Amino acid sequence: MIDRNNKKAWLYLLPALLLMAAFLFYPLIDVLIYSVEECYNFASQSYQGVGLYNFSYVLHDPYFLQAVENTFLLVIITVPVSTGLALLIATALSSIQKLRELYQTIYFLPYVTNTLAVGLVFMVLFQRTEYTDGLINLMLGLFGAGPIDFINGPHWAKMFVLCFYTVWVVLPFKILVLTSALASVDQTYYKAARVDGTSRTRIFFRITLPLISPMIVYLVITGFIGAFKAYSDAVALFGTDLNAAGMNTIVGYVYDMLYGDSGGYPSYASAAAVILFVIVLTITCINLLVTRRRVRT
Amino acid sequence: MQTPTTGTADLERRLRRREGLRRALTYLFLSIWAVVVLFPFYWMLLTSLKSYGAYNSEHLPVFFTLHPTLENYANAFTAVPLGGYLLNTLIFSLLTTGAMVVTTTLAAYAFARLCFRGKNLLFGLFLSMMMIPTELVVITNFVTITNLDLRNSFAGLVLPSITSVFYTYLLKENFEQVPDELYRAAKVDGTSDFKYLWKVMIPICRPTLVTITILKLIECWNSYVWPRLITDDPAYYLVSNGIQEIRENGFGRENIPAMMAAVVVISVPLILLFLAFRKKIMEGVSRGGTKG
Repeated sequence: MIDRNNKKAWLYLLPALLLMAAFLFYPLIDVLIYSVEECYNFASQSYQGVGLYNFSYVLHDPYFLQAVENTFLLVIITVPVSTGLALLIATALSSIQKLRELYQTIYFLPYVTNTLAVGLVFMVLFQRTEYTDGLINLMLGLFGAGPIDFINGPHWAKMFVLCFYTVWVVLPFKILVLTSALASVDQTYYKAARVDGTSRTRIFFRITLPLISPMIVYLVITGFIGAFKAYSDAVALFGTDLNAAGMNTIVGYVYDMLYGDSGGYPSYASAAAVILFVIVLTITCINLLVTRRRVRT
Repeated sequence: MQTPTTGTADLERRLRRREGLRRALTYLFLSIWAVVVLFPFYWMLLTSLKSYGAYNSEHLPVFFTLHPTLENYANAFTAVPLGGYLLNTLIFSLLTTGAMVVTTTLAAYAFARLCFRGKNLLFGLFLSMMMIPTELVVITNFVTITNLDLRNSFAGLVLPSITSVFYTYLLKENFEQVPDELYRAAKVDGTSDFKYLWKVMIPICRPTLVTITILKLIECWNSYVWPRLITDDPAYYLVSNGIQEIRENGFGRENIPAMMAAVVVISVPLILLFLAFRKKIMEGVSRGGTKG
């Protein structure tokens, strides 16, 4: 009986396990192997030696360094901005009754849109062509600021659009998580504080924030991971040739190395992917350590 | 001279005014952000309704149009194979989601209800797979699919996209909430495991199944990276790649209205799906989806 059950269980698990082994587990091992095989030739599938040359190549590649710089900038800017903004919006949302559902629905819309498609709209809004300066430049003109080409112009302007679009895309998730966190705070705390005549700001910083801080930590960590993996937002705005635009990200570098006009180097791609994984893992661990210490004191 | 009662009334009025002001500011802030969110949608709809000539003669963008036209939509379906992209995406999404629901249901049932040696170890291993970023495994998958000669085929597109550790976990948790007594009673009656799963578990857990189906559909509709790697024949492009192709070689770089018509066509199905299943989607996402 037990034995029969055993077999049956494995039968139920078989499809899922087969797929996972082939497309998740095996590739994980394989990517580590690829990353140390030197001078791998994709056509003949042969390599010449084992070592760390791929890593050294990637780390000295100016395109990779540019990609790392862009990715770090994106992370450092968008994670605090989007989390702060989401907290502000969620707090405002939970303080109103009327129209709340409507606002929540509207705010969630970017989550269900195709990043590539809506990115084109942002491109149109920010782009400056020979026909028109675009809508954003029209607005800037009202404040007396000169027209700037945000899509093909200076690096900081492109970075600004990318950050703006990233925040626009990631906010729905954060607002949703924080609104449900705020809704789950026990109302008796607020009642007690109000009886004591505590001010709103004090209530927010002394009661609300500590109570929802686990959710904020969760959002910061997932935000870090998500921003480190940024890629399609950049493609949506600047096209597939991100190296030429100077707007590549680490993930973009991996894909460019693998495929496309500059592709055909799975070893370099693997090395870059492993580096990305190590960076993400390190930062997640630091995040966890810092927050754990904070919570303890 | 003021009596104490008018003093408190005065204070009360002032407090109420401050409260009103605060409320007004809150609504103002929320409305501003709502405009920021909605404006790109408005702009794509508006631009898609402007004629090519009208759009390009506007040196200053105009916020409305008096002569809406549908020619861009006709263009989007005739000048570029947008219909084909949509059909491909539909096939891809349905195949992937269907296969995902079947495999995760079976696996979740095994983890939740059946006893077998090494179950806890295997489940731990299963969960640890959640930490692995797609970017890391995509390289080998690309090589595997290329070597299997599955590029530019639905099999190549679908196979690596089926597994979902997180949804298996979600379903397993849900299956475990079904009381054990039901299972034992069914066993006494001689019901087979498969029949029990089909007739009892799935109906009870339908809400979760619907949620993961919708979330996976959204994910499939928006997937870009894997389809881009695995298809270079436009006959197999999904909408994300299609829109990128339209942008780079489609109508000609300057035909923004036609491009926006394509964007509207791509966005509408998901927005309709969202409006129909708003509660379910938001609940499911807050339980642990991320924009991946």
